[in-house]
Amino acid sequence: MAVRVQSEAFEYGAECAGFAASVTDAGAVVTFAGIVRDDGGQLREMEIEHYPGMTERALEAIEAEARARWQLSDALIIHRFGPLSPGEIIMMVATAARHRADAFAAAEFLMDFLKSRAPFWKKETTARGSTGWVAAKDEDEAALRRW
Amino acid sequence: MKLRVLYFAWLRERIGEPREMVETEAETVADLVEELRAREERYALAFSDLASVRVALDQELADFDASLAGVREIAFFPPMTGG
Repeated sequence: MAVRVQSEAFEYGAECAGFAASVTDAGAVVTFAGIVRDDGGQLREMEIEHYPGMTERALEAIEAEARARWQLSDALIIHRFGPLSPGEIIMMVATAARHRADAFAAAEFLMDFLKSRAPFWKKETTARGSTGWVAAKDEDEAALRRW
Repeated sequence: MKLRVLYFAWLRERIGEPREMVETEAETVADLVEELRAREERYALAFSDLASVRVALDQELADFDASLAGVREIAFFPPMTGG
């Protein structure tokens, strides 16, 4: 089980392969990557701010909750901060379980909770140079209620 | 008591600094917010709509009616947007 919060880019393929190779008792691995989305070529940069210390604690608590709810062999969360360009990978989660239902459900749970309960904030700079904070969405908050 | 107060995202921008030490006798988060609001316009502006402000006490999410007893660090920030 691991949580990493870092500014450096990471090799998504290598992380996925390494994660899958490291689990011995699992029959299923689910991986997800979040990417800086550029709606219509308008985005120049996305700056991700976070709360050092609380971020790690929050992610570890979310991961612990996932482990309590599903039979997981392993889980991995990597989340970046700092300035990112469109198309760059922001974060990933990976889950491993004996059967795929647990791995899929746990991965969705991790994503839902880290969207609204991990202290990250996104600031966008457009190609024209204007900036704005990405607002939290009501549906992201609503997504927590299904768990 | 002396509290380390942190601000993130647009709260940090409106207040103009990421952190400060605050001497206060406030009993709850809401009391502290009232004290800060009364200080200067930039605080009043940052805390004008509490529905869009979240709070953490010693790095755990908390409510505005939470007690500050024993707390060393308090953080104010907008709703989180991870992922």
